[in-house]
Amino acid sequence: MTRVFISKDAASLALGADAVAAALASHATVVRTGSRGMMWLEPLIEVETPAGRIAYGPVEAADVPGLLAAGMLDGGAHPLRQGPTDDIPFMKRQTRLTFARCGVVDPLSLADYEAHGGLDGLRKAIAAGPAATMDIVLKSGLRGRGGAGFPTGIKWKTTADAEGDRKYIVCNADEGDSGTFADRMLMEGDPFSLIEGMAIAGLSTGATKGYVYTRSEYPHAVATFDAALAIARKAGVLGPDVLGCGRAFDIEQRVGAGAYVCGEETALLESLEGRRGQVRAKPPLPAHKGLFGCPTVVNNVITLATVPCILRDGPEAYQAIGMGRSRGTMPLQLAGNVKFGGLFEAGFGLSLGEIVNDIGGGTLSGRPIRALQVGGPLGAYFPEALFATPFDYEAFAAKDGLIGHGGIVVFDDTVDLAKQARFAMEFCAAESCGKCTPCRIGSTRGMETMDKIIAGTSVQKNTELLRDLCHTLKFGSLCALGGFIPYPVLSALDHFPEDFRP
Amino acid sequence: MPEYEPWNQERAASIIAAEAHREGACLPILHAIQHAFGCVPTDAVPMVAKALNLSRAEVHGIVTFYHEFRRTPPGKHVLQLCRAEACQAVGADKVAADVKQRLGVDWHGTTENGAVTLEPVFCLGLCAIGPAALLDGAPLARLDGGKVAAAVEAAR
Repeated sequence: MTRVFISKDAASLALGADAVAAALASHATVVRTGSRGMMWLEPLIEVETPAGRIAYGPVEAADVPGLLAAGMLDGGAHPLRQGPTDDIPFMKRQTRLTFARCGVVDPLSLADYEAHGGLDGLRKAIAAGPAATMDIVLKSGLRGRGGAGFPTGIKWKTTADAEGDRKYIVCNADEGDSGTFADRMLMEGDPFSLIEGMAIAGLSTGATKGYVYTRSEYPHAVATFDAALAIARKAGVLGPDVLGCGRAFDIEQRVGAGAYVCGEETALLESLEGRRGQVRAKPPLPAHKGLFGCPTVVNNVITLATVPCILRDGPEAYQAIGMGRSRGTMPLQLAGNVKFGGLFEAGFGLSLGEIVNDIGGGTLSGRPIRALQVGGPLGAYFPEALFATPFDYEAFAAKDGLIGHGGIVVFDDTVDLAKQARFAMEFCAAESCGKCTPCRIGSTRGMETMDKIIAGTSVQKNTELLRDLCHTLKFGSLCALGGFIPYPVLSALDHFPEDFRP
Repeated sequence: MPEYEPWNQERAASIIAAEAHREGACLPILHAIQHAFGCVPTDAVPMVAKALNLSRAEVHGIVTFYHEFRRTPPGKHVLQLCRAEACQAVGADKVAADVKQRLGVDWHGTTENGAVTLEPVFCLGLCAIGPAALLDGAPLARLDGGKVAAAVEAAR
């Protein structure tokens, strides 16, 4: 029977992919994959033909009889036919490295993974040895994709050089930023790439144990990744003798419990150790004293999952992509009120305007775009005047923003930025770990002050107070939660002052 | 649909014993207890404390720190509705108000007949197809009040 590919990504399931797969089950061999990331086309059916995979979408189960009658299994014409998947403009414009396999392979088939270049990176790392492997990672220019953008190779070397009888690799899969779903998609669509990346990190730094801390809001990612761990262990990719190299590395997944602040690396470590997720003062850095006081690499899912392709293809190939000090690709996530939402992996340097207008197609509502929030709830709101800003760590910092984990949330002209500023403070108050005073008290006072501004009470005086409070939060907070919450608040105030007038 | 066990000390002791050997065992233990009983019952707190050589206050502090751990069992179905910015951009606030009104509950509330508990959640990673929710762990997308009501009705 003809093979068809249907995603079992949580987003596809939310849109009815299981019903579509069931309707096709007796007509074709259905392979469940991750998502290609074109969320407006989900559920997407891809049919294997001699001319490559032909895409149909968005498909509802009720469309299946009509599609079959139109000869879908031979790539036949139909209003839902999108043509060869790789030729869809949204796919064609991407540089897929980290997400090359996502949506293409069966996420839990190690044979599929290897047939698509999987494990080549780990084998090269074993052959090259720890020092050369870390050198390759450093030369690639890879920086932490969680948001902070710290050079990965330096973090690994620091951990490798630190004294300790035990070392850990901790993967931060607590992807709490609104507008981001790259970690979730990767763990559901290509979990072995994360396992391979962590194994490379372990063998390079001398760590024998890895933890993946996944948020509980991602039950499908948790289940897929646990299944992948069992398969990898059985195949000897993990365990006492990784791919026969004589050295041990194993991974355990832990599940969070709904605390946003646990995405902050030291709070995450506290949580892994079984305590309240309260941040630690730095120094000491986790690379020196991390999990259980041992030298620990803490990296984001995307950072670790990108390492295998860097090892496989060489650091020069990765380094050649990007702009300035932001090298390689970034999986952008187009979210919110956007016509073509989804995951778009591209080299750094695209402008915000290109991303949301050319690629994202503007708003879903058809109304004008008024604001973009980039980088999650701690990221700035950008007005159209800043749409020329290139997507790059330094360029965003220069505009008092951050790229964070690459999420871009689009708002149309019905958005009220004063309300969004209030929400930022409310969110910070709800999620503050309580360790430092500026964040714990300041967020609640900020929310109250925003309420007064919205109610029209002494607006000028309260706006000054809000700015002063943001200054205290920015410079007095222990971690990025309190330290960055001024970004959405002040950007709303600076770029959209009309929303703050009585 | 989850079925929870009634509180049973021996059962709790065996759950704790099965997880206690792990590094940083507290969260796995609390998750396992909540999975069995639908919440972390007050009686479980001293048992966890003893097993991990912690004070009761410390365990209480952990249970209350994390939004997900409950002190009492939820209704028959749990609806986690996303409140985060990407869903706000496509009308999540309106959906939430509508759902609250239809169910007659506020956040964290359970309907009078015990059928549904409404929980807020900040992001489910379904940000391009919002407003989104999880109903007993199953993802829902592009929601409006009517769609939520229909999904809840279908789950009953």
